[in-house]
Amino acid sequence: MSYCKQEGKDRIIFVTKEDHETPSNAELIADDPDDPYEDQGLILPNGEINWNCPCLGGMASGPCGSQFKEAFSCFHYSQEEVKGSECIEQFRTMQECMQRYPDLYPQEEDKENPRQAESGGAPAADGSALLSENDSSSVASPDSASAAVG
Amino acid sequence: MLTCRAVWKKLAPLARASSTVCRQNVRRAGWNNARTPLFVPLAHMSTGPVGGGGDNLKYALLVGAAFVGGLTYAVITLKGDQERYLERMTEITSRKHKSASQIHTEPPASSFETKLEAAAAPDAETAAPSEAAEPPPDEPLAETSAEEAAAPLTDAGVEEAADSKPSLPSHAPYLLIGGGTASFAAARSIRARDPGAKVLIVTDEPDLPYMRPPLSKELWFSDDPSVTETLRFKQWNGKERSIYFQPPSFYIDAKELSSAENGGVAVLTGRKVVHMDVRGNKVKLDDDMEISYDKCLIATGGVPRNLQVIERAGEEVMKRTTVFRKIDDFKSLDKVSRDTQSITIIGGGFLGSELACALGRRSTESGLEVIQMFPEKGNMGKVLPEYLSNWTTEKVKKEGVKVIREAVVKSVSYKDDKLEIKLKDGRVVRTDHIVAAVGLEPNVDLAKSGGLEVDSDFGGYRVNAELQARSNIWVAGDAACFYDIRLGRRRVEHHDHAVVSGRLAGENMTGANKPYWHQSMFWSDLGPDVGYEAIGIVDSSLPTVGVFAKATAKDTPRAATEESGTGIRSESETEDTATSAVAPAAPAPVVEHRDEYGKGIIFYLREKVVVGIILWNVFNRMPIARKIIKDGEEHTDLNEVAKLFNIHED
Repeated sequence: MSYCKQEGKDRIIFVTKEDHETPSNAELIADDPDDPYEDQGLILPNGEINWNCPCLGGMASGPCGSQFKEAFSCFHYSQEEVKGSECIEQFRTMQECMQRYPDLYPQEEDKENPRQAESGGAPAADGSALLSENDSSSVASPDSASAAVG
Repeated sequence: MLTCRAVWKKLAPLARASSTVCRQNVRRAGWNNARTPLFVPLAHMSTGPVGGGGDNLKYALLVGAAFVGGLTYAVITLKGDQERYLERMTEITSRKHKSASQIHTEPPASSFETKLEAAAAPDAETAAPSEAAEPPPDEPLAETSAEEAAAPLTDAGVEEAADSKPSLPSHAPYLLIGGGTASFAAARSIRARDPGAKVLIVTDEPDLPYMRPPLSKELWFSDDPSVTETLRFKQWNGKERSIYFQPPSFYIDAKELSSAENGGVAVLTGRKVVHMDVRGNKVKLDDDMEISYDKCLIATGGVPRNLQVIERAGEEVMKRTTVFRKIDDFKSLDKVSRDTQSITIIGGGFLGSELACALGRRSTESGLEVIQMFPEKGNMGKVLPEYLSNWTTEKVKKEGVKVIREAVVKSVSYKDDKLEIKLKDGRVVRTDHIVAAVGLEPNVDLAKSGGLEVDSDFGGYRVNAELQARSNIWVAGDAACFYDIRLGRRRVEHHDHAVVSGRLAGENMTGANKPYWHQSMFWSDLGPDVGYEAIGIVDSSLPTVGVFAKATAKDTPRAATEESGTGIRSESETEDTATSAVAPAAPAPVVEHRDEYGKGIIFYLREKVVVGIILWNVFNRMPIARKIIKDGEEHTDLNEVAKLFNIHED
């Protein structure tokens, strides 16, 4: 049984587990997936890549950003049977770049990242907080991101 | 040479016209010995035959006068042109000389002056007086050619050239004033969206961009004794990271910014922007260096406030007072906490309470006395409803802090090697050091020179929903008073807002034109055990509805407190037998005594619409809270809304 009390303008309700078992009848407005104001996920409604997605960490904005963008774009638009198989050159260039900045891109991560990003897809809704608090849902964050890329 | 040719060109039609008129006149007059050369008709006319030439004379005089007038005008215009041309030349060369002076390279300077001459010559003819458009495009061209010319010479061993100021950029396509969280988020956003973007951050702090929350939270809980140097902390998921957003290798050298092929982010530390020229699209730094921009972000944050009574109390008191915001403040407070016996924190908001809890935990080892005083009735009194504020205060006390409520400071003095704080109600507190956590004054220093609007209600620069102050100036972070489409005009001083608004400003600087829509959140930890997350307008003066998970008769209070992580364990033992005997239907008196605010949701209402939500010890539910605020709907039964959060599950 829920219990309620009022302290001045503040109302306090105590509810048990049973009280909350019945589904809520509160109405929420349906979200428009094409809403231009909303923060988009990794893939924009028009099919392009959202380079500003928090899920990418700082990959698209760092010193190797342009190499990353080329490699990942190639992968994204690849129609080959083995997706991205024609993008070896771009990935190699990207890796070479990353090797020049070991404290930004620790060497454990490979092509794994873009693959994960593609399949991971959904952005963290609190993606903005990713800059400081690295969620496990953050895609580009095997140990590297949390330690350095952030 | 130029003059003569131009003069002749201008006069040729006149000459032709006047000569044909003259010839006609001559024929009419029937003079056989009329000569065609220019000046002769004039002379001829003025002394020529009179008889029958009265009309002709008038004609002649008219033409002559017109001719003389035209000639004079032409000469004056051309003289003026020449003057302007010379003026412009000297101006340009003097500017170049000023910047090139330290390089001491004569050959490139002169070769590049001739380049400029060639560029400026066509300008002279048109004599464009509008300087504004010309200097910026001229300068980067000039600068880069100067740099390139200078480069071989520096290799040859002219040392001064290498670290001279001139090679620092005098133009940045994207100029970010301030080097904090909002600025870094914007830089990242710009780089992601504009490939090859060149971003220059100018900050008056000596450090690269870093995040502030750990300075009053995680860094204090670190076991590492060298934490003041490393500035590394452990996140909630166990992974360690530095407070700096990126290591130094992420940034490029400011001197290489203009020539970087793929652009980059450069940071100029230790420089303050003192003057903003919005018309000329440029700023001036405290070392007189000027930087022009295409797009500018102001993310200057704020300066911590201090109490007037302290500022008036003299040097001995000021020496023993800390305001807390930067890395240096953290380092000095850490040192103070080891060297003194008593610290008093004035202020009961987020920063004050977090510091109190952090220092309180230290006090258990070191015997440090930690006092916190504030004018409100409880910690976070302006944020939490009273019952929760009281609960929080008890929690803070359990962290080892002596809390003095409803304390208004009347005066502070230095007596007998101690600071003496006198309160308005007569109480006196003696302490060694004071930390003032009484709010933030947004930094609007550039408003006057830039002609930017400042908000009188909330402080900060007034910007629209897209964070724009002027067509190419944006403001983000603590200093931005912006229009929130859902919640109205406000100014937010939280970390996540700095990230969200910085990102949005960066997006809009690269052409997005999106309004502030993704609602930012904030969080607070009272020690590592208890925390809450919040979103929207969380103001204790608003009516609230709190929905808390009630312990059933099955759960022992001890288990409930242990599960939710609250610290009311001392009370639970006495209550244990009593609750198990009481039937669940009549819990009223027992529940009240126990104050079971273990976990729950608190809704803040403005005219029946939820404008703010606190998730009290309930985690990973922020998206639902964000959605409810975004909808902005009136809900009649908030308990039903609370069901959406599933607070009983973990």
